Amino acid sequence: MNPIIEHQLLQTRRQFFGNAGLRLGGIALAQMLGSAATGNAAAATSRVHPPLPGFPHFKPRAKSLIYVHMNGGPSQLDMWDYKPDLQKHFNEELPKSVRGEQRITGMTSGQSKLPVAPSLFKFAQHGNCGRWVSELIPHTAKIVDEIALIKTVHTSAINHDPACTFLFTGSEIPGRASLGSWLGYGLGSENNDLPSFVCLTPQYPKDSDGQALFSRMWGSGFLPTRHAGVTLRGSGDPVLYLKNPDGLATSERRSMLDALGKLNQRGFDKIGDPEIQTRIAQYEMAFRMQTSVPELVDLSTEPQSVLDLYGPEVSKSGSFTHSALMARRLVERGVRTVQIMHRGWDQHGALPTHIRKQCADTDRGVGALVADLKQHGLLEDTLVVWGGEFGRTVYSQGNLTATDYGRDHHPRNFCMWMAGGGIKPGISFGETDDFSYNIVEAPVHLNELNATILHCMGIDHTRFSFPVQGLDLRLTGVEPARVVKELLV
Amino acid sequence: MNTPTLLAAVLAASALPASAESRSFNHDIRPILSDKCFACHGTDAKHRKAELRLDTQEGAFGKAESGAVAIKPGDPKGSELWARINATDKDEIMPPPKSHKTISAAEKERIREWIEQGAKYQKHWAFELPVKVALPASTGRNAVDAFIFDRLKREGLAPLPEADKTTLIRRASLALTGLPPSVAEADAFLADASPDAYEKLVDRLLASPQFGEEMARHWLDVARYGDTHGMHLDNERSMWLYRDWVVGAFNRNLPFSQFTIEQLAGDLLPNPTDDQLVATGFNRCNVTTGEGGALDAEFIFRYAVDRTSTTVQTWMGMTAGCAVCHDHKFDPLAQKEFYQLYAFFHSSADPAMDGNALLVSPTLKTISPEQKKQLAEKDALRTAAAKRLEDAMKSLEYVDPATLGDVTEPDASLSQWIAKHEGKDTKELPAEVNKILKRKADAKRSAEQEKQLRDYFLANVCPKTKSIIGPLQAEVAKLESERTEFDKALPASFIMRDLEKPRDSFVMIRGAYDKPGEKVSRDVPAVFPPLPNKENPTRLDLAKWLVADNHPLTARVTVNRFWQQFFGVGLVKTAGDFGSQGQPPSHPELLDWLAVDFRENGWDVKKLVRLFVTSATFRQSSDAPAALWTRDPENRLHARGPRVRLDAEVVRDNALAVSGLLDLTMGGRGVRPYQPPNIWEPVAYIRSNTANYKADSGNALYRRSLYTFLKRTAPPPFMANFDAPSREQSCTLRERSNTPLQALQLMNDVQQIEAARVFAGKIITQGGATPHERITFAYRTALARKPAPEEIEIVTAAYKQHLAAYEQTPAEAAKFIRQGESTPQAGIPEPEFAAWTLIASLVLNLDETINRN
Repeated sequence: MNPIIEHQLLQTRRQFFGNAGLRLGGIALAQMLGSAATGNAAAATSRVHPPLPGFPHFKPRAKSLIYVHMNGGPSQLDMWDYKPDLQKHFNEELPKSVRGEQRITGMTSGQSKLPVAPSLFKFAQHGNCGRWVSELIPHTAKIVDEIALIKTVHTSAINHDPACTFLFTGSEIPGRASLGSWLGYGLGSENNDLPSFVCLTPQYPKDSDGQALFSRMWGSGFLPTRHAGVTLRGSGDPVLYLKNPDGLATSERRSMLDALGKLNQRGFDKIGDPEIQTRIAQYEMAFRMQTSVPELVDLSTEPQSVLDLYGPEVSKSGSFTHSALMARRLVERGVRTVQIMHRGWDQHGALPTHIRKQCADTDRGVGALVADLKQHGLLEDTLVVWGGEFGRTVYSQGNLTATDYGRDHHPRNFCMWMAGGGIKPGISFGETDDFSYNIVEAPVHLNELNATILHCMGIDHTRFSFPVQGLDLRLTGVEPARVVKELLV
Repeated sequence: MNTPTLLAAVLAASALPASAESRSFNHDIRPILSDKCFACHGTDAKHRKAELRLDTQEGAFGKAESGAVAIKPGDPKGSELWARINATDKDEIMPPPKSHKTISAAEKERIREWIEQGAKYQKHWAFELPVKVALPASTGRNAVDAFIFDRLKREGLAPLPEADKTTLIRRASLALTGLPPSVAEADAFLADASPDAYEKLVDRLLASPQFGEEMARHWLDVARYGDTHGMHLDNERSMWLYRDWVVGAFNRNLPFSQFTIEQLAGDLLPNPTDDQLVATGFNRCNVTTGEGGALDAEFIFRYAVDRTSTTVQTWMGMTAGCAVCHDHKFDPLAQKEFYQLYAFFHSSADPAMDGNALLVSPTLKTISPEQKKQLAEKDALRTAAAKRLEDAMKSLEYVDPATLGDVTEPDASLSQWIAKHEGKDTKELPAEVNKILKRKADAKRSAEQEKQLRDYFLANVCPKTKSIIGPLQAEVAKLESERTEFDKALPASFIMRDLEKPRDSFVMIRGAYDKPGEKVSRDVPAVFPPLPNKENPTRLDLAKWLVADNHPLTARVTVNRFWQQFFGVGLVKTAGDFGSQGQPPSHPELLDWLAVDFRENGWDVKKLVRLFVTSATFRQSSDAPAALWTRDPENRLHARGPRVRLDAEVVRDNALAVSGLLDLTMGGRGVRPYQPPNIWEPVAYIRSNTANYKADSGNALYRRSLYTFLKRTAPPPFMANFDAPSREQSCTLRERSNTPLQALQLMNDVQQIEAARVFAGKIITQGGATPHERITFAYRTALARKPAPEEIEIVTAAYKQHLAAYEQTPAEAAKFIRQGESTPQAGIPEPEFAAWTLIASLVLNLDETINRN
């Protein structure tokens, strides 16, 4: 890239939304408001958060990404990776030939037995594609013709913290930029009144084992902080500090900001620092967000048919279902990346009880989200990704009974799925062995999955790096990582 | 996209007079080769292509098998390198297309000129010892100005005049203490007409305890200090003694060399003091895990890598991260050399799993002089009570009634009581007493044991005496337990200590924790002077080596980081990377002069800081013409005074100080100020002890932000919003973003609104009667300066508008002035109070208020 252009770009983009709006003066602000109100982001010149020059690298298949993260490691064996023959091996020791020499976690490495625990749940074929899906997720089963199931995702990390950090930043060690911040950095944002990257952290069933989330999963790492995901919160202010304090009317806020603008303008005239102009613009943006965000979270404009699709939970702010609808509303407004972080999937014991609750909490929202995106014509431009940070073992952790078992972490293969923007619908990719313990065909490393996500968004991941401490760091690491073309239309 | 390097070249090229007649390898050529060529033709032996290296003269001038010579001094046309960078055939051209790197026409031209001029190689500038050159003849106040003004002259620029006194006192106060000056302080400074008024001000600020707090804030970013473990449960850890040690070290002006030695190796000093042990917390600040199932070997490895990288980056300004997996491609740090450094840290005695504990060994319990006094008082009380008990015992005239033939009351007879228990195991008795009695009846008892039995009997059994002795004994017990509790509550902190038997260290192949390769022993990289002690060197040897006179980097890196702190941008902009991928210094001779001078002055930090802030360079006005802002947006040339947006902590502390809410109590466990709901809760592990946030109350709400409890996986939003790092990793350079989320925070955060309300109370009660007077008071309090007439006009109009609105809606006014925990001052009409609160908020939101002009 031309260093001078990059330098200028850095100058203008040191701000969350840049200062382009300001340079055009008050009229431009009005235009921007207008464009947001009509949902018309076509006026690319007035985009306050433009892409890097040369981005996207090629025509993107998806404009937005919705990443539905099931935190803790959902069991592929009980949801997607159908192994009917396992019933025959109930309570048998996992064969050495299958187990191999791999490390297992300290939680089960001391167990005297590694007994095979077949899934308790019934599977049936769904959709035109005939996908086998567990009874746990009947609503997701209705959209299988839209999705590409990947049975052979694998990762290097075996514990939550490093695995989650790797999943979203491409490194097990804290400090790197997250996927959403990379996308905002490269592609900018289509919306002038909302952040380019929004993260939702819905509630989850109370007695589930909720592992921690880390703000680094939506942080900007070494990228400028304006690219960090902004958390849209389920309770309190939807965006931090959004609401005026009690006893402060919008009219008084406006007149206070008018005075502030004049005083700051005076400061600029005297001092000359262009950052002052940026600050003036940012206060105006803040004021607009005070309107645009409440409008975003106000569901009264949704037709009843849409609310019915999501079900009764949708009206509970902070529920997973509510977050799912919020995700659609966000991408509809041109937000680049939305992450929904659902917790509670770490079922080391009493898995059947807990996974039922976890699935009941999320299944309808997931199914509705894909269907809703489709009926709004948004699915073709939106890439939806579903999955956890790793999978779970076929052998039981702790006691195995006819009705109960637990499962330990299993990074060697797990299921994720993708849908929408550029993804071949109704396919299944990769195959695991009879125990869902090893990959036998077409492995997909998380780096390759991320390379594929970037590809769908119009980015060649090998040409997307950021210089940090002497290294050109990429989301997808230093080893070659292929785009999984078989998943693409 | 290696922008920093390229940018440096571009800036340097535009900022320096065109010098086509003289190309320097370090200045002009190395940045290009480093970025475009060294990845395959540099220091990394394993990945070197065509056996060609371009980072050394020997490599570049040597003949390849083909007979070609990469660089033929004086002859670009005869140089293969020149042919290759100009080739059009995609198999010939360098760098190859798949590297996505290209060399621009201007860069090619520079290379051609350099070859023509003889292609003289230089060692990378940062690895050469700094030299103190003679000061350029230039006007100005001190050595800083000599270099800065000399350069300005060569650029055809002149320094700006000194800033006015109100700007100066605010700038100096914020820079040195992180707090604004009070109105009284500003008045005193304005009234002081002596020629050294400013120097006196600086000396006062350097001597204030808040100086150490402000300096510590920056160091703690580098040290990656946090109040939680940082991984998995992210439970609380007790490290704040280390934080307080850093504050104290800056306040007592501990020489930076000693500051270095104590943090890296305080435990290895002869008879280390508690203070020196606490200092070693530097290398215990790394994030740790207690996650079930995590593998020990992996984390022992990671912690050692973190400590090595952090140490190398902090003192040597080198990025060691690359060498974890392979030879550094750009700097002379081979993978093996990284692991030789790593061997210094690999035998640390802390466990792989932190157990999610508040204290993870090795730790040290400490006692302050105040606590020592308290403990002595407790001891004295206890001794006095024990004495009273003993005296009472002695003065008792007890005659065993049994010896007089009276056996009517068995409990009153010592001999009868003994006989009753002798040879039996009586669990109800205190263990000691029981032990004596339980032996056979004929066993001999010593006089001491006899006394013990007698004392116990008199105090607890005999009805006549126990009413006298019992209470005295209870008092002793009570004081004893108080003392134990006090001792238990004494603070403790993580410290560094090595295992008795050091671990063997190996080069870890491709940086994998389970793939040990060649065994290594402790040593320093070959490009640097050797360790004086080659046999079994320790961390102490390493620390001393870092601050030895012949170390090229430590002093440079250190003065540069301080420069960055005071001037907004480092002389080397990439403060954490002095290697060939970092930017070259904007003023190399000044950097070197400062480094040598700093060392010659005994690493005196206050003296260095004083040199910075008393320079004419620092004292310049920051009001500059547009052309200057355009020409040098980052102020690398220092043709104007530094203007920087306040850091996160200072933004908050400033509002607290201006309002008068600020509590200056120093030190102690992290406090919990206001925080919006659901910052910790939605992310924390349910069983974490930092899963739920509960704000403190009272003065703890208004402490300096340095003391805010820092949960690393969910940092306080008022900090993160203004670019404070999460402290999961060492950070040498904070970004300064400018976002709408910051605007929202300053507009609406309860801390800001409460501060505005308290500030408004001050404006109304102390600021005079008229809006004019009050606005003047508000400006002087927040900005030290008086408002201009036009500003008074704008603010007065806003005030009148707000007042009119609140008079219409008194119920709203009542709500608006009741934000935060403190109670609004009584006796002020609420609409007026509300209107002034909004004006105070306006002043706290001014761009000028959150900037150091």
